[in-house]
Amino acid sequence: MHELSVTESILSIVLKHAQTHKAEKVLAINLKIGELSELVGDCIQQYFDYLSKGTIAEGAIIDVETSPIIFQCKECAHTFEVSFKDSKDFACPRCKGIKSSLISGREFYIKDITIS
Amino acid sequence: MADIRLIEIKEDILSDNKNLADEIRDMLRVHNVFMLNLMASPGGGKTSLIVNTIRRMKDTCRIGVIEGDIDSMVDAEKVVQEGIPAVQLKTGGFCHLDATMIKMALDEMDLKNLDLVIIENIGNLVCPAEFDTGAHKNAMILSVPEGDDKPLKYPLIFSVCDILVVNKIDYLGVADFDMSAMKKRVIPLNPGITIIEASCKTGEGIEKWTRWLADEMNTYQRAVT
Repeated sequence: MHELSVTESILSIVLKHAQTHKAEKVLAINLKIGELSELVGDCIQQYFDYLSKGTIAEGAIIDVETSPIIFQCKECAHTFEVSFKDSKDFACPRCKGIKSSLISGREFYIKDITIS
Repeated sequence: MADIRLIEIKEDILSDNKNLADEIRDMLRVHNVFMLNLMASPGGGKTSLIVNTIRRMKDTCRIGVIEGDIDSMVDAEKVVQEGIPAVQLKTGGFCHLDATMIKMALDEMDLKNLDLVIIENIGNLVCPAEFDTGAHKNAMILSVPEGDDKPLKYPLIFSVCDILVVNKIDYLGVADFDMSAMKKRVIPLNPGITIIEASCKTGEGIEKWTRWLADEMNTYQRAVT
């Protein structure tokens, strides 16, 4: 739903770095987005295609690498992956503890760009 | 043919928003103003909680409100009726508030004569969770009729809040809501979160809320002086 705001930010950061590296064209953009964010990669590409018209990033292909939601149990140190669509709760599958820390799933950054 | 180069960036997508949010906190520090971001679904009870807060705290604390929840004056009028200044943002149906919008609202407020600013964010459990508003603490409301499975459907917002107010507990007898199951879903996402059970209608639990808010404000103000 908020892919438009996010895509505007992506374009701004990409153009800033492309300019620093004296790029003529941005060919590809790799993003890392954790599953906690629930952003839709296709929407980002669509908005990007629209927003980047007339810039050197026009036509760039966006690839989104999603990182899974992984918790580490504070009671037994077991790490476990969670799928929110399938889970009924987030207790540790090993010891049933509910105190955990999130070690993956909240990433939200631009990994790299390919330029020419 | 031009070289093809891979440039590593590793920059947070919302870094501009985060930087502005930090600037907002610096600006609030100058005037010693504490800011709270309040989020919930539409109808969850944001305006009711704000009105309850104003009635109990306005004698000891100068409050201002930023109204972001949709383009009508309905909520802002309720706040103004309590004798409190309110700025209504014209968001035009936008799905969240960000630091740029909050900065615009704060520029309209007389910060040197305020102690507390409350942001009433857009009624939405998805988008507001992503955007740092420049607030010092995030609060959210989950109302009993919405159901106890919301932490499973909207984990991000539960993970970014400092406090969760479970509102409309006067519905517990009628609605299918398992409080213990709901808490077990929230705690792994956010072990440090404070959870309060309340009803804006009956007043139950509201004192715990205002006490939490007053404690947070005191901690903030002590850090400045």
